[in-house]
Amino acid sequence: MRLTVDGVSRAFGGVYAVRDVSLTVEPGELRAVIGPNGAGKSTLFALIGGQLAPDTGSVALDGEPVERLPAHRRAARGVGIVFQAARTFHGMTALENVMVGAHATTRSGFLSAALRLPGHHREERHIRHRALACLDRTGLAAWAHRPAEELPLGQQRALQLARALCGEPRLLLLDEPASGLRAAEREHLATLIAGLRAEGRTILLVEHDVAFVMRLADRITVLDLGRVIAEGAPAEVRADPRVIAAYLGPTAENSEIKTDPAMVRPPAPRSGDRGVHP
Amino acid sequence: MSDLIGYLVTGLGIGAGFALVASGLVAIYRVTRVVNFAQGAFAVLAAMLAASLLGAGVPHGLAELGGVTLGALTGLIVGAVAIGRPGTSPGTSLIVTLGLGVLAYAVEILIWGDQPRSYPGVPGVADLAGARLQAHYLLIIAVTAPVFALMAWFFTRTDLGRALSACASNRYAAQVVGIDVRRMGLLAFTIGGALGGLAGVLTTPVQQVTFDSDVALIVNGFAAAVLGGLTRPVIALAGGLLLGVAQTLAAGYGGGAYQVEVALVLMLTVMIVQAARTGPVAETAR
Repeated sequence: MRLTVDGVSRAFGGVYAVRDVSLTVEPGELRAVIGPNGAGKSTLFALIGGQLAPDTGSVALDGEPVERLPAHRRAARGVGIVFQAARTFHGMTALENVMVGAHATTRSGFLSAALRLPGHHREERHIRHRALACLDRTGLAAWAHRPAEELPLGQQRALQLARALCGEPRLLLLDEPASGLRAAEREHLATLIAGLRAEGRTILLVEHDVAFVMRLADRITVLDLGRVIAEGAPAEVRADPRVIAAYLGPTAENSEIKTDPAMVRPPAPRSGDRGVHP
Repeated sequence: MSDLIGYLVTGLGIGAGFALVASGLVAIYRVTRVVNFAQGAFAVLAAMLAASLLGAGVPHGLAELGGVTLGALTGLIVGAVAIGRPGTSPGTSLIVTLGLGVLAYAVEILIWGDQPRSYPGVPGVADLAGARLQAHYLLIIAVTAPVFALMAWFFTRTDLGRALSACASNRYAAQVVGIDVRRMGLLAFTIGGALGGLAGVLTTPVQQVTFDSDVALIVNGFAAAVLGGLTRPVIALAGGLLLGVAQTLAAGYGGGAYQVEVALVLMLTVMIVQAARTGPVAETAR
């Protein structure tokens, strides 16, 4: 699926969180969006996922504008989302969580569930099968019948990924999937994402951790203060003086990009990230 | 001893009605966070229609089904008015349901008048281990039990049921997996309407229905539902049955006049205790 973001702006209380951002992610591409705290990454993510509508500009999936569609209609078009926060369904098992993910692809309504029992059984079995495969793939097979709220943070994130995969997304949006994970978990996640890319899925990865995306992404878009300041292959972006300046500040002498830019640049809260995670 | 068995079974029959009303409230609250004060009206409208249909010669079963259908339709309409406009807060919706409940009085009086109505249920007296009770109570229990089993199946074993549960758990995440949260809210109101309607048509043969019967139903149903913080269907079921039995025992051994008071005292106690623990009830009250 091709994602086209064209001249998108969104302001909060008169302050632009995202300003005139354009980017095109080609089908099958793994694109990373990086930037310091408050660069507008999360706002851009929400504008693509449908949690926010842009003030101006357009978001298109395979050429069809979707910027005015609510999140659930975008999901029905094949957008799968994994949030940084543990947005799983508590009170349901991990397996049920993932089965809910199939909702976007299911067309069996109440009546067919209630009346056409054989057809419903077949679809139920199929969904269950698919959900178990997704759990297996994300390393959660052992957790299948445990309540979602009992899973540790890393597994909660994996559960969201399994849930998204069960909806057979053609565009996968990942919001800082590596944050808070231990080294081994991070490694596992990187392998998993590389595998998804190899399947030809289009992936947009918003990430704070620059080192994590350098080896995964086909191309990287760098945001700062709500604008795109650089875009290109990882090696190009790494060498770009504007990127180095944005991450380290204009007076920095060190030319190496640190993996944790928040430590270098004061993480002053800007209105850009407000309201993104209501 | 035979008195006790009689009171218990009668209590379960009455409690089944409360439990149906309570689970309607829970189904709606879980998905929409709206306390639906029109819940009792679904039962009254359904019972009134069933009475009219039976009076017009429609056979049993079909007439009751007509009543339940009207309950479900009313539920859908109340839902559409209460939550149809995107961005309506649950508090606003609550007031809307209260208003629609009062409006239902006017409609009921206009169509059916203000006199109590009833119709015969299962005739005769059943003999259970020496206890004699109206056979209709057994029918209420026999119908309610599979309805609850069906609900449990629906909410866990069907895509639509899981989608409803997902909305109840996390609306934000539900939208992300492609669930239309507003449509699920309307579905919850429809289910709530059908459950309320079923309570109405089942209990009318043993306790006539008037336009304001909804007060007793909503008080008892709410008391049962609030036991589980309005979000736990199994506790609402247990609470409904318990209330029915408690009231029948109170009426049987004490005196008939205190039935609603039993529910009110229970409800207030639970709400005060839960408010102190800042549970979901406190959240609603805010």
